[in-house]
Amino acid sequence: MEKTIIPIGPYHPLQEEPEFFMLTVEGEKVVDIEVRIGYNHRGIEKLSEMKSFDQSTFLIERICGICSTSHPFAYTRAVEDIIPVEVPERAKYIRTIIAEGERIHSHLLWLGLAGHFLGYNTVYMWVWKLREEILDVMEILTGNRNSYAMFKPGGIRRDIKSEDIPVVIKKMDSIVSTLEMLKKAVIDDPVIHARTKGIGILSKEDAINYCALGPTARASGVARDVRKDSPYGAYDKIEWDMIVTHNGDVFDKLVVRILEVFESIKIIKNCFLNLPGGEIDANIKDIPPGEGIGFIEAPRGECFHYVKSDGTNRPVRHKVRAPTFMNLPTCKATIIGEYISDATIILAAIDPCYCCTERMTVCNTKRKKIYTGKDLIKLSREKTEILRNKMGVK
Amino acid sequence: MSIKLKALLKSPWVFHLSTGSCNNCDIEILDCLTPRFDIERFGMLLVGSIKHADVLLITGSGNRKSMERAKRLYEQMPKPCLVVAVGECALSRGMFIHSYNCPVPIDKVIPVDVYIPGCPPKPEAIIAGIVKLIEKVKKGTAKK
Ligand code: SF4
Repeated sequence: MEKTIIPIGPYHPLQEEPEFFMLTVEGEKVVDIEVRIGYNHRGIEKLSEMKSFDQSTFLIERICGICSTSHPFAYTRAVEDIIPVEVPERAKYIRTIIAEGERIHSHLLWLGLAGHFLGYNTVYMWVWKLREEILDVMEILTGNRNSYAMFKPGGIRRDIKSEDIPVVIKKMDSIVSTLEMLKKAVIDDPVIHARTKGIGILSKEDAINYCALGPTARASGVARDVRKDSPYGAYDKIEWDMIVTHNGDVFDKLVVRILEVFESIKIIKNCFLNLPGGEIDANIKDIPPGEGIGFIEAPRGECFHYVKSDGTNRPVRHKVRAPTFMNLPTCKATIIGEYISDATIILAAIDPCYCCTERMTVCNTKRKKIYTGKDLIKLSREKTEILRNKMGVK
Repeated sequence: MSIKLKALLKSPWVFHLSTGSCNNCDIEILDCLTPRFDIERFGMLLVGSIKHADVLLITGSGNRKSMERAKRLYEQMPKPCLVVAVGECALSRGMFIHSYNCPVPIDKVIPVDVYIPGCPPKPEAIIAGIVKLIEKVKKGTAKK
C-alpha cells in the first residue's frame, strides 16, 4: 500500500507547545513516526552558567511551568551534593509538600488534556475546575499559583504559616471527595475503556530497553520510583505506596496517575501532621570546587541535574535531563501499528513536556560538514594565530 | 470604527501561539477557558486555525526557530487582527534576554497591541488585558 506522510504541528490546535511530528501512515495504520523539537529551546544550560548559584534557581524554575518545583528541587540537591550540607528537617518536609502539590496539579492537568484529546470535554472541564482548588492551596502556601520560588540551595525561602495548615487540610479533604467521584466516573466509563484499553501498549521489556521513567514505566510493571529507591526529602519518614500496574496501555497510565494523586494527598497530609519545627535554611556561604548530582521524582519521571563548580559563585557547567527526554522515544514502540485516530492520545499518554526536553542541533547543509569539539578548538587556535600574526604579538 | 472591527469585538476568537515559552503562560491561557474563569461566556473562543482567528495571543521569548513560523502565521491571519503579548517573555524576553537563541523581542517582528506583564500573569490579568484591548479598539488607537 502507498505510504502517506501526515505532519502534525508545529502549531497544532491539539498542542499547547510547539513541536512537530511526522507520521507515516499506510491506509489508517501508523508505520513510522519522527519527532522534531527545538521550537522552545532557550539555551537555559548556558544561561545558568552566567548566573550565580542563587539566581539560577529562578531560571531553572522557568525550564518548565508544570515542573516548576521538580527542576529547582533537583538543582538544589545537586548544589547541596557539592558542599555537602544537611538540609534542616523542616525544610525537607516543606519541600516534600510543595513537590507533591505540584504532582497533583500536573497529573490533573494531564487527565484533563487526555479527556480533551479523546473528545471528552466534560472530563477536561471537570478536572481543570478541580485543579483550580489545588492551585489555591499552592497560593496559600507559597504565594504563587505556578512558579513557586520556594527553593534555594540549603533550604527553602519562605516558611509555612501555622494558621494556614488547617485551611489547607480542609481544602485537601474537599478535593478528595470530588476526586473520588471523578475517579469512579473516569475509571468506570465505557467510552474511556473503549478508547484507551489495549491501545498503545508498552511492554515491560520495551519499557526497560527504552529506559522509560515515572508513570510511563510504572504502568508497564516496572516498579521504579526515586522516592522509594533512593529516598530524599521526607519520603522515607512517612507512609505511602508506589502505584504499579501491568498492562502498559493508555488506560493503565491513566489509572496510575489518578491513583498517584490520592497518594500525593496522603503524603501532604502526613507531612503536615508530622511537620517538625526549627530552622528552614542551612545558610550556605561558599560553594567549594567540585561536582554534584541531584535527582528527584518529577511528575513525569526521574529528573536529573548535574552541576559543576570551580569555587566561584557561578556554576561552570549545568546539565539538565528531563524525564520526557527518556520517555519520548517509547512512542516508537507504542504508536507503530496503531490507528491514526489513536495517535494523539498515545503521544499524549507519556505526558510529554517539550520545554523541558528541548535540545538544539546545528547543521550546516551547505558544507555537509559537522563540526566536533576538536574542530572548533582547532579553528579557534587558528584564528588566534592569525590575529597574533596581524598584531605582531609573539 | 470600521464595520469589520465592530463585528470583531462582539466575539473575539483567539489563536494561541507559543514561541519558546516555559508553558506556564500557555496553561494560564487554557485556565481562562475552564469553568472558574470561563471567558467563553463573553464570546471568546480558542480556535484551532489561525485563519479563523481575530486575536493572536503570543507567549514565549521568540526563539530563532519558532519566530520564523510566527511571522508566517501572522501574515496568514485575516486582517484586521489584534495581537496580545502574554507574559514577561513575550514583553521583553524576561529571564532569557541574554540567551543565544532569543535574539529579538517579539514586538520587533510582529506589531503588538496589548502587553500583559507577569511571569506568569494570573488568568484575571489576562482577562483584564483583553478588556483593555477591546477598549483600545473602541477608542480607535489599536494598531490593527
Ligand atoms: S513569562 Fe514566565 S511564565 Fe510566561 S513563558 Fe515566560 S518564563 Fe514562562
